[in-house]
Amino acid sequence: MEPFTTHTGRAVPLRRGNVDTDQIIPARWLKKVTRDGFEDGLFDAWRKDPEFVLNQPARRGATVLVAGMDFGTGSSREHAVWALQNYGFKVVISARFGDIFRGNSLKNGLPAVTLPQETVDRLWALTEADPAAEVTVDLLDREVRAAGITAGFELDDNARWRLLHGLDDISLTLEHEARIAEYEQRRPSYRPRTRNR
Amino acid sequence: MAKTLAEKVWDDHVVRRAEGEPDLLYVDLHLLHEVTCPQAFDGLRKAGRRVRRADLTIATEDHNTPTIDIDKPIADPVSRLQLETLRKNCAEHGVRLHPLGDVEQGIVHVVGPQLGLTQPGMTVVCGDSHTSTHGAFGALAFGIGTSQVEHVLASQTLPMSPFRTMAVTVEGELPPGVVAKDLILAVIARIGTGGGQGHVIEYRGPAIEKLSMEARMTVCNMSIEAGARAGMIAPDETTFAYLKDRPHAPKGADWDAAVADWRALRTDDDATFDREVVIDASTLSPFVTWGTNPAQGAPLSASVPDPAGFADAGERLAAEKALEYMGLTAGQPLREIAVDTVFLGSCTNGRIEDLRAAAAVLRGRSVADGVRMLVVPGSVRVALKAVEEGLDKVFTAAGAEWRHAGCSMCLGMNPDQLSPGERAASTSNRNFEGRQGRGGRTHLVSPQVAATTAVLGHLASPADLSDLPATTGA
Ligand code: SF4
Repeated sequence: MEPFTTHTGRAVPLRRGNVDTDQIIPARWLKKVTRDGFEDGLFDAWRKDPEFVLNQPARRGATVLVAGMDFGTGSSREHAVWALQNYGFKVVISARFGDIFRGNSLKNGLPAVTLPQETVDRLWALTEADPAAEVTVDLLDREVRAAGITAGFELDDNARWRLLHGLDDISLTLEHEARIAEYEQRRPSYRPRTRNR
Repeated sequence: MAKTLAEKVWDDHVVRRAEGEPDLLYVDLHLLHEVTCPQAFDGLRKAGRRVRRADLTIATEDHNTPTIDIDKPIADPVSRLQLETLRKNCAEHGVRLHPLGDVEQGIVHVVGPQLGLTQPGMTVVCGDSHTSTHGAFGALAFGIGTSQVEHVLASQTLPMSPFRTMAVTVEGELPPGVVAKDLILAVIARIGTGGGQGHVIEYRGPAIEKLSMEARMTVCNMSIEAGARAGMIAPDETTFAYLKDRPHAPKGADWDAAVADWRALRTDDDATFDREVVIDASTLSPFVTWGTNPAQGAPLSASVPDPAGFADAGERLAAEKALEYMGLTAGQPLREIAVDTVFLGSCTNGRIEDLRAAAAVLRGRSVADGVRMLVVPGSVRVALKAVEEGLDKVFTAAGAEWRHAGCSMCLGMNPDQLSPGERAASTSNRNFEGRQGRGGRTHLVSPQVAATTAVLGHLASPADLSDLPATTGA
């Protein structure tokens, strides 16, 4: 995973609430067996509309998605995160995220930054008025900055540390292999097995 | 210290706890299906890792599988590749797989419980949000993403920060004709799609205790639709009776030891929840959705709401957009909404009791002209049982299509899809835009409402049939 410290880029204001994972990437895109190539499926249904914000020429190359409330609710599909990353997004901002989506995005090095709706409103107003306006997401200071806007955000130390260093969760866990083996010794013997070992 | 049920199961599974870090939780059962694990196996391979506990892992094919002509090669090459990839990965790592055509194949959340693999006090995970279903047994069961699937494959553990706890207490008794699906749709409408965010919901109270295991699974299944990570119901005699003698249930002395432990899996009397909601079951009635998220629902007897009536600006906007997408106007009685398609199936309502309930309505009646009805059992075992009881005959005699087991039109990854503008009454769990096919419109309903809707051609419940006696002799 790529380390993330700070990122500055232009934004896409997505003025919609409850954008579930089926909207981010519909099921027919989930048949691929790779982690890449999902960019064309991102917001598939809306992309057909030339007016849709992502289709506007001024938004080309934007890397910060400023989304409405309850972004990424619904299914556990990590493809939603890959689609955003494949498209070129480096950060997603919303007042509230679906839990699994947020976990998935942090695991893939795509910070899902939670800001109050009021700040999201201001970021929308700013970036709608000026598509060239830049938004900075600073993980070191836990702060989002844009013209006239400075807003702190919360991110627990552990998640932040992993993002900053691009750490692989599995390697960290496997350092505790002995603890896992020890736990396995004390599991109740009646717990089911799917097959004989 | 007094603990809730969820906290007890959590604490039982902590492998490692350290200040400022997530707990490392042990996973008792890992369920796989073809959609969310290919990239996880790929990651393992790249890192040179193996599946740590293939004996705690099981896979089935469900999302992509066709529900007709299952003996022919799968037409869609991309779907086929995904299934072939799963087969290859399972073979390489020694993971038990129930592929299409196998007698234990079916929707992952139907298969686990029916094999007796889902048991009280366990941790169960799957790369699928409706893993919450398994919480009906008093297991802590939650959906995970593909990176976490890889993590569990490699280590049989997951680093997790504790969930918050929420109690949904359902007092009183459900009125006749009101079922688990109505109850959970009403709960979601009450707390909203984000209301359970970060929480494990424990459903409790007299109305929950009276539910069958299958009805409890319907309730826990849709916890995710309220934003919750998991749903749970304390195990009791109903749970034990369901589990006894299932293929993977403990046997002999093990059974006695297990039941003794399971009886302790209850929220302590003096434990507190982070949030509590109380619902009076006696006030409930058949419930359907009118919008494009599962919280946009109302009693069947109501009308499509006026977006202007929502105090919250976000909800108002969401309602406006939903009505536009759904092609509905405010004030239209829900009962007058005509449908093109009825889908009976999914991990929410594709079990034998659901099929029985729908068949009871359809027996001696026919699906209305111009309406197609798909009946897709949740698993091969469910299908076999239905055939044994003659339910398949009831469905086909009524003019419904009797299909092979799988997820099918719940998400339309296989050919079972709605076309643009087509309207469905569906027993599944999500009415998101395009979920059942691009431009398709979904009303979430119970099996009873689905079957009646098929007969009358518009949203309706069995009570609406009183003036339409079943033709006898069929
Ligand atoms: S039936 Fe629907 S909700 Fe259930 S696992 Fe399949 S696709 Fe997911």
